[in-house]
Amino acid sequence: MSDFQPIILKNIPELCNIDVYIKNGGYTALKKALAMKPEEVIDTVKKSGLRGRGGACFPTGMKWSFMPQKSEKPKYLCANGDESEPASFKDREIFEKNPHQFIEGTLIACWAMGIKTAYVYIRGEYYKWIELLQEAINDAYKKGFIGKNIGGSKYSVDLYIHRGAGAYICGEETALLNSIEGKRGMPRFKPPFPASFGLWGCPTTINNIETLANIPPIIDHGGEWFSKIGEPKHAGSLLYGLSGHINKPGIYELPSGTLLTDLIYKYGGGVTDNKAIKMIIPGGSSMPPLRGDEIEGLKMDNENLKTVNSYIGTAGIVVMNEDTDVVKVIKRITKFYYHESCGQCTPCREGCGWMLRILDRIDNGMGRPEDIELLKDVANNIEGNTICAFGDAAAWPVKWAIKKFLPDFEKKVSESVNIPITNKVHSLRVTYQE
Amino acid sequence: MVGGEVKTLPMEIKFNEDNLKKLEEAKSHYPKADAALMSALWLAQEQFGWLSTDIMKYVGDLLGIPYEHVLGVAEFYTMYNKKPVGKYHLQVCTNVSCMLCGGYDVVDYISEKLNIGIGETTPDGKFTLIEAECLGSCGTAPMMQVNNYYEENLSKDKIDSLLEKLSKS
Ligand SMILES: Cc1cc2nc3c(=O)[nH]c(=O)nc-3n(C[C@H](O)[C@H](O)[C@H](O)COP(=O)(O)O)c2cc1C
Ligand code: SF4
Ligand code: FES
Repeated sequence: MSDFQPIILKNIPELCNIDVYIKNGGYTALKKALAMKPEEVIDTVKKSGLRGRGGACFPTGMKWSFMPQKSEKPKYLCANGDESEPASFKDREIFEKNPHQFIEGTLIACWAMGIKTAYVYIRGEYYKWIELLQEAINDAYKKGFIGKNIGGSKYSVDLYIHRGAGAYICGEETALLNSIEGKRGMPRFKPPFPASFGLWGCPTTINNIETLANIPPIIDHGGEWFSKIGEPKHAGSLLYGLSGHINKPGIYELPSGTLLTDLIYKYGGGVTDNKAIKMIIPGGSSMPPLRGDEIEGLKMDNENLKTVNSYIGTAGIVVMNEDTDVVKVIKRITKFYYHESCGQCTPCREGCGWMLRILDRIDNGMGRPEDIELLKDVANNIEGNTICAFGDAAAWPVKWAIKKFLPDFEKKVSESVNIPITNKVHSLRVTYQE
Repeated sequence: MVGGEVKTLPMEIKFNEDNLKKLEEAKSHYPKADAALMSALWLAQEQFGWLSTDIMKYVGDLLGIPYEHVLGVAEFYTMYNKKPVGKYHLQVCTNVSCMLCGGYDVVDYISEKLNIGIGETTPDGKFTLIEAECLGSCGTAPMMQVNNYYEENLSKDKIDSLLEKLSKS
C-alpha cells in the first residue's frame, strides 16, 4: 500500500523473540554505539532530528546533552510507558511486537548519558504487556545485553520495570519521578529540571517508549538517513493510532507528514457507514480538535498541525462522523480531566470541575446563553496557570471545541429550558455528581 | 456496594513466602527501600484481594513507612482497591474512542444483565462493574478490563459468552 518500510513495527514474524531479533540485525546498533564515544552517539541523535514521541516533540539529542557527563551522584533514565492519554495505544504495540528494539535503544541511551540504571514506567493496566516486556528483558539479561559488561564491553546497566497503578498524571515526567520513588504521582515545580534534579535528586532523563525505539536504527544507519524520513522539522516515522468511527482502526507506522486524508481513507478504510466527518482529534484527547472541513491536504506532523491550531501530541487520531454530538464528546473528555487532576493547583482542580458542571448542564438542556462565555473564561483561567501541562491539556479541548464548533454549543443552549436561578454563586457550588 | 458477601479477610495478615521473596527482589531495584511501596501494595492486593487498613499498616511496617503515607499512596492510585471487589472486576472503558463505538451500551448491557449498577457487586460476590477511563486499547473499542486482562472488540455475543464462562468458574 505504501513503499515505506517501517523502522519500528517491521513486518517480521515473531520479531518479539530475541533470536529472531538478533537474526535480523538486532543488538548490532548497541555494539556499534559502545564502540563510539558517548558524545558521538548524542551527536548522531542530534543530527537525526528525532523529536520526543511522548507529546511535547522536544529534540531528543538536545535533551540528552542536558545531562551532566560527569556526576558524583548516580544518573537515571526513565522510559515513559504510562500511555494514558485517551486515544493513545502505540507504546503497547512496541512492547508486543518489537520489545527488543526499545530495550536496545534504552541501553544505547544509557551509554550516551553515562547511566547505569534505567526504569521503564508502565501503566498498571498493561499487565499483559508488562509480562511480555519482562520476558524480553530477562532474555536480554541472559544473552548479556543487559546487566554486567553489556555486549562484552566494560559498561554495566540494569533495567527495571516499575508498574503504575492507574493515574494518568503519572505520564507527566515529574509526576512519574515521584511515582517511581514510591510516592503519590504529583508533578513537581520546574525548575529544577530532571536533568539536574530528578529521581532521588539525581540527574535524570525521561523519554517516551517510541522515542527510544527509534534509537537503534539511527545508530545503524546514521542521523542523516533518519533526518530524510518524513517532514524535515519532525523527522522519522510516527506510530499513528486510528480509532473512533473508522473502518480499520489500529496503529499505522508511516512517515511523519502523511496526509490525514490518506490515513483515514487509504489506510483506515474510511469512515464507518461512509459518513462525513464532523470532528477529528489529531493526537490524543488533549489536542485541539479539528473540523471535518479542515483536513483536506493536511499533513500530520507538529509543524503542519500548528497551521490549524493544533499539535501532533501522541498521534492518536480519533475520527468522529457527522452525527457526533460535539458537546457530549467534550463533556466526556472533560470528565476524564476532572477525574485525573492531581489537585495541587486551584485553577486545574476547581476549573475542571466547573467546566464539567457547565458542560453537563448544557448537554442536559439546562444551559444558559452566557454559559458559553463562562466556559471559555474558566478554560482561559486554567491555561498557563498551573504547575504542569495537564492544565493546558484540560483547557484546550474545551476552548478549541467552542471556537471551532460554536454553532453546536449555541444550538444546545438555545434549545435549553431556562431555569431561573435565584442565587448564582450558590448554584455553581453544587458539587458535580458522577 | 450492594448485596455484600465479598471476599472475607483471612485471619492472619502476612505475606506468603513467595510474596516475601518478590518484595525483597523489588526492594533491590531501588536505592531506597520505600520506593518498593507500590510493588508491595500490588503484592498485597494479589494476595488479599483488596487493601484494608490493617493490610496497609502491615505493608507500612514491612517497609518502615508510616501508615498515613501508605494510605496516601493507596488512595492516589485508582487501581488499588480500597474496598472489596467481586471475583471478577469488570472495568468498562467509556472514554472517547470507546464511547463512539458503544462503550456506554456495553456498560448498560452488563448492568442490566447482572442487575447491578456502576460500582456495585453481584450478591454472590462474583462480579463488580465499574466505568473506566481510557485503557490504551482504543483501536479495539469497545473494550473492558477483567481483572488483569483485556477483553477487546466487545459485542453482545462476546459479552454473553464471557459472562457465562466466568460465572461457571
Ligand atoms: C498530563 C501529562 C501526561 C503525559 N503522559 C505521557 C505519557 O503517557 N507518555 C509519555 O511518553 N509522555 C507523557 N507526557 C509527556 C512527558 O511529560 C514527557 O514530556 C515525555 O515523556 C518525554 O519524552 P520524549 O521527550 O521522548 O517525548 C505527559 C505529559 C503531561 C503533561
Ligand atoms: S495542573 Fe493539574 S495535574 Fe498538573 S500539578 Fe496542577 S493540579 Fe496537578
Ligand atoms: S478510549 Fe477506550 S481504550 Fe482508549
